[in-house]
Amino acid sequence: MLRWPRWLPAVVLTVLILFTAFPFYWAIVASFTPEATLFREPSLWPRELTLDHYRALFAERDFLTPVRNSLIVAGTTTFLCVTIGAFAAYALARLKFRGKALILGFILAVTMFPQISIVSPLYLLLRSLRLINTHPGLILPYITFAMPLTVWLLVGFFRQLPGELEEAALVDGATRWQSFTKILLPLAAPGLATTAILTFIYCWNEFLFALSFTLGPERQTVPVAIALFRGQYQVPWGQILAAAVLATAPVAAMVLIFQRRIVQGLTAGAVKG
Amino acid sequence: MKSESRLGWALVAPAVGVIALIALFPLGWTVWESLHQHDLRMPWLGQSFIGLENFAEIMRDPRFWGSLGHTGFFTVLSISLELVLGLFLALAMNRAFRGRGAVRAAVLVPWAIPTVVAALLWRFMFESEAGIVNAVLLDLGIIERAIVWFIHTTTSWVPVILADVWKTTPFVALLLLAGLQNIDKSLYEAASMDGAGAWWQLTHITIPLLKHAILVTLIFRTLDAFRVFDLIYVLTGGGPGTSTEPVALYAFNALLQNLRFGYGSAVSVVIFAITFGLAILYIKGLGVSLQGDER
Repeated sequence: MLRWPRWLPAVVLTVLILFTAFPFYWAIVASFTPEATLFREPSLWPRELTLDHYRALFAERDFLTPVRNSLIVAGTTTFLCVTIGAFAAYALARLKFRGKALILGFILAVTMFPQISIVSPLYLLLRSLRLINTHPGLILPYITFAMPLTVWLLVGFFRQLPGELEEAALVDGATRWQSFTKILLPLAAPGLATTAILTFIYCWNEFLFALSFTLGPERQTVPVAIALFRGQYQVPWGQILAAAVLATAPVAAMVLIFQRRIVQGLTAGAVKG
Repeated sequence: MKSESRLGWALVAPAVGVIALIALFPLGWTVWESLHQHDLRMPWLGQSFIGLENFAEIMRDPRFWGSLGHTGFFTVLSISLELVLGLFLALAMNRAFRGRGAVRAAVLVPWAIPTVVAALLWRFMFESEAGIVNAVLLDLGIIERAIVWFIHTTTSWVPVILADVWKTTPFVALLLLAGLQNIDKSLYEAASMDGAGAWWQLTHITIPLLKHAILVTLIFRTLDAFRVFDLIYVLTGGGPGTSTEPVALYAFNALLQNLRFGYGSAVSVVIFAITFGLAILYIKGLGVSLQGDER
């Protein structure tokens, strides 16, 4: 191993954790601080706590609507992508056929697509289909960027599974289809779940399409709603941060619970060989 | 095996079809739009073919060149910081210590939260003359007077770069860490035995063997940083004026603020071409293969 001064890694990590954690800490403190004292002599410790911002979020702003929109859009997209993507990923990871490398390259290329380069036709398309400001009007474009990611992650997971069981099944006379549905899919369940989580997070966080293809608060997703929060006289920071805390909590929880698998999924496709 | 091939294509077809239908087809449409005069605010003008006139207008617009410069500046500065810090962090995390799992989980959280939220957290810390950053800097005596961060170009970049580094360094570190874990430990033991110091080991063993992981990270991050939108939209709105506006925001404004679909599409085509060029450059020029056994 590299020999470092013994104290160095501990110092690096401590600084890092403080740097990582502080913005969260500060947002949480602020979300419980009365609006009037938010910018008056900031103190690192909360002096006066209130639930007003959270209350206002639901009573005045109807924050449940964007949460519901996000859940519907991200949930549906994830379900579609993982279902359709699993078949493709299986073929790409396990079968031999001509054009496979080409397809993998194509899928990777699409993950690198700048989203902005298809905003204009998608807008015109959705407008002519009367889907602007609807849930399908977001799900459809979301599939464009989520599907390549889903397939890419799943290929990584499928490749890691041992091939022997599948071969044994084939020798025993099972068809490819049976060996896929009866043997590989159950084995791949953790990988499918991780992919679903990552796809969901990806959709939950998306901003550009959601901003472009919704018109008013009734169809906005969480990130758009928070970014466009405006008060009558000033920026309502207390409510913005309360909303930010609520939007972050589920994602943070998922990451903390599934971190081992997520790290595995993120790095499997990217850094191999 | 003919049946395997047929099954392969049958399984791949739906996913590839969907991707082609809602990614490739619109891309072609963007190119078509870019050759037309198409203003949604003036529908009576219709859509007339004007050849490359939109592209000529882009080339003449100083605001476009400015946005390209901002994007390049942001990309180079943030990625340099992220690579150096990420490597440092990966090296620190590559050692067995108590609570390693917890550290790894903790650093993942900024990466996973919405960019919009990350931008707002940082905006709040830099907001107003009485924000926490000013308070701390004043307390430490680093500055004498509170800085109004968002009214000057130079100071506006500070929260933008910091927020990006904060959000993305963990991801970079994880990719590099995965690469580090593939390095044979006996190399270090042998080097130590021969009396090589930590710095020598870092520059002669770690970094050369990490080349692949570093290049892959570089590709992902460059293409990502080049299309930066959410972060700057929320943090500075491209301001003051248009002095921090990136290309994606310039295109977005042309499209959805001014509703100039022909012109905005032309900008989108330019962004796509640059991204594509960068990707080709990296992959060909640096000889990286992305999915290990597809070489």
